[in-house]
Amino acid sequence: MNLSSFLIMRHEVILLAVILLLVIGEIFIAQRKKNSMVHLAIFLFGIHTLIGFLAIDFGSIFGGMFHTNALIQFFKNIINIGVFILLLQSGDWLQERIVQENKGSEFFILLFSSLLGMYFMVSSGDFLMFYLGLELSTLPIAALAAYETSKRKSSESGIKFILSAALASGVALFGISMLYATSGSIYFADIIGGGVTEPNHLTILGFVLFFAGLAFKISLVPFHFWTADVYEGAPISITSYLSVISKGAAVFILMILLFTVAKSLMGIWEHIVYVLAILTMFVGNLFALRQQNMKRFLAFSSIAQAGFILLGLTTGNQLGVATVVYFILIYMFSNLAAFGVVQAISLKTGKENMKDYEGLYRTNPNLSLVMMLALFSLAGIPPVAGFFGKFFLFTAAASKGYYLLVFLAVVNVTISLYYYLLVVRAMFLRENDLAIPYFKSNLYMKIGLLMTAVGILVIGLFSPIYDYIYELSNLY
Amino acid sequence: MDTLSLFIIIPLLTVLALVFTKALKQARIVAMVGSIVQLAMAIRLVFAYFKERAINDSIMLFTKDVVWFKPFNIHYSVGVDGISVALLLLTAIVVLAGVFISWKMYNLPKEFFISLIVLSIGVYGFFISIDLFTMFVFFEIAVIPMYLLIGIWGSGPREYSAMKLTLMLMGASAVLLVGILGIYFNSNADGGALTFNILEIAKVDIPFEVQKLFFPLTFIGFAVIGALFPFHTWSPDGHASAPTAVSMLHAGVLMKLGGYGVFRVAMYLLPEGALHWSWFFIILSVIGVVYGAFSAIKQTDLKYINAYSSVSHLGLVLFALLMLNKTAWNGAILQSLSHGFMTALFFALIGMIYERTHTRDISKLGGLLKVIPFISVIYVIAGLASLGLPGFSGFVAEMNIFVGAFQEDDMFMRIATVLSISVIVITAVYILRVVGIMLMGPIRNEAYLKLERVTWYEKFGILLLLVPIVGIGVAPLWLSDMIIDSLQPFIQGLL
Repeated sequence: MNLSSFLIMRHEVILLAVILLLVIGEIFIAQRKKNSMVHLAIFLFGIHTLIGFLAIDFGSIFGGMFHTNALIQFFKNIINIGVFILLLQSGDWLQERIVQENKGSEFFILLFSSLLGMYFMVSSGDFLMFYLGLELSTLPIAALAAYETSKRKSSESGIKFILSAALASGVALFGISMLYATSGSIYFADIIGGGVTEPNHLTILGFVLFFAGLAFKISLVPFHFWTADVYEGAPISITSYLSVISKGAAVFILMILLFTVAKSLMGIWEHIVYVLAILTMFVGNLFALRQQNMKRFLAFSSIAQAGFILLGLTTGNQLGVATVVYFILIYMFSNLAAFGVVQAISLKTGKENMKDYEGLYRTNPNLSLVMMLALFSLAGIPPVAGFFGKFFLFTAAASKGYYLLVFLAVVNVTISLYYYLLVVRAMFLRENDLAIPYFKSNLYMKIGLLMTAVGILVIGLFSPIYDYIYELSNLY
Repeated sequence: MDTLSLFIIIPLLTVLALVFTKALKQARIVAMVGSIVQLAMAIRLVFAYFKERAINDSIMLFTKDVVWFKPFNIHYSVGVDGISVALLLLTAIVVLAGVFISWKMYNLPKEFFISLIVLSIGVYGFFISIDLFTMFVFFEIAVIPMYLLIGIWGSGPREYSAMKLTLMLMGASAVLLVGILGIYFNSNADGGALTFNILEIAKVDIPFEVQKLFFPLTFIGFAVIGALFPFHTWSPDGHASAPTAVSMLHAGVLMKLGGYGVFRVAMYLLPEGALHWSWFFIILSVIGVVYGAFSAIKQTDLKYINAYSSVSHLGLVLFALLMLNKTAWNGAILQSLSHGFMTALFFALIGMIYERTHTRDISKLGGLLKVIPFISVIYVIAGLASLGLPGFSGFVAEMNIFVGAFQEDDMFMRIATVLSISVIVITAVYILRVVGIMLMGPIRNEAYLKLERVTWYEKFGILLLLVPIVGIGVAPLWLSDMIIDSLQPFIQGLL
């Protein structure tokens, strides 16, 4: 192995360097200038994100344990952008709360470690690497969820998350062991090449357990019970991270594994995905209807969105990959925008309930507009990006002839429109003497929200983005 | 820049300009200028159409095609035939009239006009699209601003009405989406590539089984916005709660999207499905026609009366479309136009009356002819046009519809036709009832003696709408020519 083949892991190497630089920075930055830690971290991560876009070699190393291709690189760039926006949106919170408690650098180190785990997970070439990545991406989040130590709910959220995540990865590991027992290898390539013609019961059982483990991470129904409580208790940045980055990466790797490793089992998982999609959409949407807390509200909405993503997974071909990645990209921008607004308001006023948003447009028009864009995008209303994402997912499902599934999905779109409009109603239709007064967010937050708004407007209408993703997806 | 894309770009520029306006005075001027330019373009398009039609006999004129999403073969593809030109003209007139009627919109004026113009972008885009995907995009763009327009500037139970309207229309468009995908994935039935292009799909012989399945979905998806019974319930509530200009635009233009979509997509692309299902939808539309008219008799709120009358009149449009012959179709399009102008005029007048008397309850009004003669006279004229008096547009339209309907000579069609003709009488009842109670008779309320005179901008708005009503009534031939020419491809699809 030489340097150039080592650089296949460029994303991982540079992120590791960023983490180390932050550790060093922590030592040298004086106590009273702790805020510069935040600036440093955002700056370094911004550079890391930019470097990610430079051209790079693909291939596999460590005997196939780690592999990359154009799509995986692109996906890492997507989640990089997501994390970067998230950092911008958290800048204020970090400076005002976390740095004051002297926990600034740990925050970044934990967050970036989790991101590193996700890189390894999506790049994994065997189950061992996959499992390591999964754990590395999960454990730091548990610590981060409990990060606001002064709040009971935050600690509760951390405990709930770690327990359910441990159970989930245990189940997944059990499934992996069965797959190993039947195929004799943990390398994806071997399993694909082994050509399982007649899957036996143990393979299927192992696969189902493995699937269940990942379904926890994506919070598909019926593995979603941890979601709302954890989302509500965790700091908003972490909720945002969980619902966007973590979920996106898990969906991505699940899709890759289904479409390659488990290709021969397609006759089985097709049906599982089909049923779970229906369940997830309905449960997520119906529970979201009555939520008052914005974080819980977005938690259930994100469960429902995962159900829509499953529509793309039913296809098992290039179209499915392209539509799913495209949707994740759009979903990331939309959800980040929504969480960004919730965060901005929560930070300045401490208010997190839908009722507090009444009359917001008259006092804070810009925030309300960003929120409306985000909600319309989540609901799938043109001309914002969410519409295109959903339409293409539905097209993917319809291409397999699943018109009934598409029909149920569009019924769900209508249900979801109702509760998204509830928030719009609160912000725009209601007048309120006690509305949240006008406030100014800091520069980071403004840039973060602006980026999401532009993303929501551009990604849909500007078709070359989809064309590009579609081309990258031709590997599957 | 091609002619048709300007219909989207000009309102977009208007919206952009509106973003930078500060108060009502600037906003309304910008909106007015934008709409006047739009109207000028629509009128120019009519002349350009006649000129082009003389030398060019392709189905769609002024076409423009740009690839949008290549993997799906989605194009931004526009073009017009006589039907869409006429509807574009209707839209431009109603939008401008709506801007005039909203001259005194003090509450969040900038946002109001932006929403209004965005809505019109959706409508223009819908009428010029010949790509199903683009068409669907514009369809939804036209629906969603309604939520804000009714919710923020409405009256009465505005939140309820806005939510009901939005959910029902978006639910319908969701059903429509399945229909469109069904058409899309069968557009390669004769071995070509998958396409969303309407003209391409029309050439393809889609299997009967598929047509049977997807015709109802597509039909209902569009017809809900055309107030098909029993999916019309959003319309009375929505119209009653909406501010004046929005009622005008909604009843006058937005509901026409339904008939147009049914015709252009469901019936044109799935003709065998249309033949198979027509009996079912004829029953629904006849119920709508009669039921709407009877409901209008019992209402006391002016806006509800008009909303139910719209259900009845637009039921007639769907009924005529399903008659599957050229005369009835011509009538259906004329009825769409005529109803568009008439209803917009009605709602404008109701808005003016409400602004002055602060009530829409006819039992509290009386003798208005003596105090606000201008409004009252126009109201009578609009009423006469609505009940189909010769010399006004309504007569031409209904005449064509019923003559066309009588050409179908089996028993079922005859009964349906006779039933729907009865609506002429019922319409007369509810129109004359309102005229009698509200305009004639003694003045019921002393306060009405000092009602404000009609202002210049109100007169402008009214005249804009009145001219075409009389124009179509007196000289319908140029319009009929334009429409009948364009009906040929539809007939060919059926044979």
